[in-house]
Amino acid sequence: MFVNQFLILAAILFCIGVYGVIARKNGVMVLMAIELILNAVNLNLIAFSMRNGSVDGQTFALFVIAVAAAEVGVGLSLVLLIYRNRRTISLDDLSEMKG
Amino acid sequence: MLIAQNISFAIIAAVMIVGAIRVVTTSNVVHGALWLVVVLAGAAAQYVLLAAEFVAVTQVLVYIGAVMVLFLFGTMLTRSRIGRDSGLNNTYWKLGIPVALALFAAMAIALVDSFGSEKMPADGAIVNTQQISDQIFGPYLLPFWALSFVLLAAVIGAIVLARKD
Repeated sequence: MFVNQFLILAAILFCIGVYGVIARKNGVMVLMAIELILNAVNLNLIAFSMRNGSVDGQTFALFVIAVAAAEVGVGLSLVLLIYRNRRTISLDDLSEMKG
Repeated sequence: MLIAQNISFAIIAAVMIVGAIRVVTTSNVVHGALWLVVVLAGAAAQYVLLAAEFVAVTQVLVYIGAVMVLFLFGTMLTRSRIGRDSGLNNTYWKLGIPVALALFAAMAIALVDSFGSEKMPADGAIVNTQQISDQIFGPYLLPFWALSFVLLAAVIGAIVLARKD
């Protein structure tokens, strides 16, 4: 097993996630793309944990999983709040901050 | 042994990439969530391949168990159309393709440059759950505390944001 095969798989997943964040308009779909990005990071951390033979990478991956869970909880409640106020979760319609 | 590992890596990686592409291209929100399950389960399988069983189990519990339920509830509560929906993409969604490709090219060049054909250590450090807990409750105790406060704040924040009054 090469080190690079895992890192390049993670890079592919990361880029697909970035494409999703750019291309999607629906708030829930954007959050799903962010999950893809976080998973790519986790895959990197675990791969380096094996390469270096240390536990630190796995510990960090566990922290990332916990932070991602918190992020999804707050993110989805924000999307819910936007839906309740605007009757839509299309991120294009949120233009109040535009100067 | 090594050949079996490589074959299983290739199969899981192909499934993950197809699933990830479907997540960002499907026109159905619920199908997107279900394809995301495929990607997350594939990631858990890769963790097992990398001898990280505890993280794999946590991935299944937290992501496939909890986060996916949250996503499906979010889909239901925002009354996204539970069928095909043509309005999921931006008008300028094509811009994402060159951005993603350029980003991937940059990362691939950097990775091939710095790791080339370096191999994983064949014996691989056997990390067991006890070592992980020694880490979390030893040198990483302070970040662990901070993380528990983050989770508490997130729970309270989500309740405050989502309640009706």
